[in-house]
Amino acid sequence: MRQIAIYGKGGIGKSTTTQNTVVALAEMGRKVTIVGCDPKADSTRLILHSKAQTTVMDLARERGTVEDLELEDVLVEGYLGVRCSESGGPEPGVGCAGRGVITAINFLEENGAYTTDTDYVFYDVLGDVVCGGFAMPIRENKAKEIYIVTSGEMMAMYAANNISKGILKYAQTGTVRLGGLICNSRQTDKENELIEALAKALNTQMIHFMPRDNEVQRAEVRKMTVIEYNPTHKQADEYRALAKKIERNTMMTIPTPLSMDALEDLMMEFGIMEM
Amino acid sequence: MSTRETIDFRKQVVEEVLEIYPEKAKKNRRQHIAVKDSECSSCAVKSNTKTVPGIMTARGCAYAGAKGVVWGPVKDVVHISHGPVGCGYYSWGNRRNLADGEIGVDNFVPFLFTSDFQESDIIYGGDKKLEKIISEVVGLFPNAKGVSVLSECPVGLIGDDIESVARRTSLEHNLPVIPVRCEGFRGISQSLGHHIANDAIRDHLIGKGPAREIGPYDIGIIGDYNIGGDAWASKKILEEMGLKVVNIWTGDSTLEMLQNGHLVKLNLIHCFRSMNYIAKYMEETYGTPWIEFNFFGPTKIKESILKIAAQFDERIMEKALKVIEKYTAPMQKVIDTYRPRLEGKSVMLYVGGLRPRHIVGAYEDLGMEVIGTGYEFAHKEDYEKTIPALKEGTLIYDDVTALELEEFVKKLKPDLVGSGIKEKYVFEKMGLPFRQMHSWDYSGPYHGYEGFPIFARDMDMAINSPTWKAIKAPWK
Repeated sequence: MRQIAIYGKGGIGKSTTTQNTVVALAEMGRKVTIVGCDPKADSTRLILHSKAQTTVMDLARERGTVEDLELEDVLVEGYLGVRCSESGGPEPGVGCAGRGVITAINFLEENGAYTTDTDYVFYDVLGDVVCGGFAMPIRENKAKEIYIVTSGEMMAMYAANNISKGILKYAQTGTVRLGGLICNSRQTDKENELIEALAKALNTQMIHFMPRDNEVQRAEVRKMTVIEYNPTHKQADEYRALAKKIERNTMMTIPTPLSMDALEDLMMEFGIMEM
Repeated sequence: MSTRETIDFRKQVVEEVLEIYPEKAKKNRRQHIAVKDSECSSCAVKSNTKTVPGIMTARGCAYAGAKGVVWGPVKDVVHISHGPVGCGYYSWGNRRNLADGEIGVDNFVPFLFTSDFQESDIIYGGDKKLEKIISEVVGLFPNAKGVSVLSECPVGLIGDDIESVARRTSLEHNLPVIPVRCEGFRGISQSLGHHIANDAIRDHLIGKGPAREIGPYDIGIIGDYNIGGDAWASKKILEEMGLKVVNIWTGDSTLEMLQNGHLVKLNLIHCFRSMNYIAKYMEETYGTPWIEFNFFGPTKIKESILKIAAQFDERIMEKALKVIEKYTAPMQKVIDTYRPRLEGKSVMLYVGGLRPRHIVGAYEDLGMEVIGTGYEFAHKEDYEKTIPALKEGTLIYDDVTALELEEFVKKLKPDLVGSGIKEKYVFEKMGLPFRQMHSWDYSGPYHGYEGFPIFARDMDMAINSPTWKAIKAPWK
């Protein structure tokens, strides 16, 4: 069983990329579980075809404690047998969302959510590693590989570099490694080359360049992945390609985060920032 | 031993005891320990700094200072320990701040209220639960005059907006709801908790009550928590002097006393450390003067009575002199009874806010000598007030560690140790007489003319108990 965590700047397309890729893996016959680690709980809607599933924490609140839950209440099978769970958590500005992630992941593990026939567990984690709770998926005995979704936009690259710092900490104390950057294209100038260069500087690879295609949006409004909505579309093949690359990936590295100056130099080199 | 020899010996003891520490800890701890020596200009004791990690300290936390000390004794207010159950439960009923009144009607001191945080309260925030608890409290205890919300650590971590809950519920139920941000991780001891609690009184209560006329002899006692009835004993003397004690903060106190604390001719400060902030505020804002006083032992009581009376007119001075005269003989009788049994006995203290200096005079009245003393959470000005009250050669220790205190006692061999519950059994097992000087060991009061005979009896009972003859101290 491979446990994989997906990080990246908020709004970069982590959940969309994760769900499309997971469905591509399921197409290949793999048994996959998605764990959404974001209070917004939108990591599984394209697979379950629903707005949001009942989350671990919402149900725990309703019933009293997490000990009152049954696994089947919060682990639901969707398209192609992909198993889905959402940690859930508070609305923005109250409580501690990080603790919600910790509690939910512990619950899933303790109650045997990860069966022996599971090939992959994907953790789709909220925007940035703001506190210990959001680093839970990459702590010991959990995800050992991480992919960062980014684009050629400056803030997405800043975020990718920051997340690498978080990974570095846990890579030094544990076994987690960076598997690569996924460039979710925003059609910025020289985007491919820029992310290739960023990946190299971070001591990793750009595992895939995901072109921008509106078919993704068309599928999303119907609460579907592209593979389900239009399996013969070329964008579906892009996700299949990413899934294969992840399956075959052996390049697991300890990242080398850049200083702010080095990151800005890189951006200038590729003409994003003017002198 | 001459005084010089005593000083040198005790300085040597300090060095020997500190020897066990690593270099950095030794350097730190040395600054917190001194032997009073008039020839030495560097006798100052460093205080109010972070405890060295790894040593055993007796200090508490900000929550302990705010809830346990300042707010807890306010009797007609319901105090909610907001957070997981432990902080509330383990601080429940273990300070002996006595309060008059019908339990559950106008006295809530013996109760514990807690929001008993569960996992989901951490994740989703505890503010809705808090709002519900406040409504339930108001429903169950309609006579409660207010509610205080005392934050435990997790409340600060998850950012629960207790201020807005307090504001809303206060309007809804038309009674003061006071949010107190006393998360335990704030500060380096309980001292910051006292300050935070004072600030909450300043921001939410003082000057906001039903105002009243100030009588010519109206006074307030600030910083007496009525341990074992101490405040009542002090009040008795002041009233015999012709003064009217209208407020006590916060032993046996009410919400209204906190609101009207400034409406007096004079405030008398007992525990300076825990309440100087608000006393100074009342002086600056309302012009209410304050002075310190000490009602431990007849010598200090007499001094304080005269000092207080001097703030008023001749009528009060006349009465004050009569009070002193009235109690001279009975106090002498106490001294005649106990002094022969206690003369020359030595004592080492380690306590909290004011007792390490205030109580020295009471021991001296009994012919005893304080040879070591120290505070858990004092600031610089506390030591500045303490050192002049001590004899040459007295060992002074700030935030003393368990190891240091034990070793100092073994080497200085006092006849009595006075400290708290954490220390009690350590020394009793060493075969040493011990008295709890936070709680008065289930006895008290020790303040005033009423308290001195009890104090004298208790010290005699400890030191001259036949029990100790049955146990051999390890060094004997």
